[in-house]
Amino acid sequence: MTEVTLDRIMSAAPFAGLTKPASAALKEQIGLGLSAPGRAISNRRARVIWAGQRMWLVAADVALDGLAAVTDQSDAWAILRIEGPGVVDVLARLVPIDLRADHFKGGHTARTMLGHMSVGITRVGAQAFEVMAMRSMAATLVHELQSAAENVAAR
Amino acid sequence: MRITCPHCGERDRREFYYQGDAVALARPAPDAGAQAWDDYLHNRDNPAGDTQDLWFHEAGCGAWIVVTRNTVTHAVADTKLAAMVKR
Repeated sequence: MTEVTLDRIMSAAPFAGLTKPASAALKEQIGLGLSAPGRAISNRRARVIWAGQRMWLVAADVALDGLAAVTDQSDAWAILRIEGPGVVDVLARLVPIDLRADHFKGGHTARTMLGHMSVGITRVGAQAFEVMAMRSMAATLVHELQSAAENVAAR
Repeated sequence: MRITCPHCGERDRREFYYQGDAVALARPAPDAGAQAWDDYLHNRDNPAGDTQDLWFHEAGCGAWIVVTRNTVTHAVADTKLAAMVKR
């Protein structure tokens, strides 16, 4: 389990009817458009993570004046990378969705719950996930994942 | 109980918040008169059969969803984004 730090996280919420132009403008700036619902995309410069209805998190500095409401959320998120052969079993104890590889593939992302917490989960490797939670919940996130991992290991 | 979110797919009930009858989608005009507003605010049908409710995908994508369900069989027939239903 390691902490992931992104230097910049901007939320982008396109104004009504402007999702396509906002996506095109974003593509010009960072080489990535807005991803489909439930998908996260990345290149060397940036990442775009779907974060809900008409809401994306962009890990880069972007300006979408007149196209989308853009808010700097860099300090708002705590992100943990959890990795290992038992990772799906550990998360299955806490998360109500099916994260197995045949269902939740690389680049898939979901807003869901971890315990009682609202989180974003993205698969970043065959045995690796990133879990995003609000920063004030960071200690709870670590605690929940740690006890779940210990309980899986104890079986 | 599971609800199919149009964005997220089939999800557990605990991710959702229940609002009640989808009456908010048929808000009367400001000048519709006292009777129409009284109905809108206070009176609800209690059907044995199909009914429409509003659910909020609170711990998911944040969408309001219109769920058509049957009060007799508990079967969920259909889910739609409230944003799409209204337009």
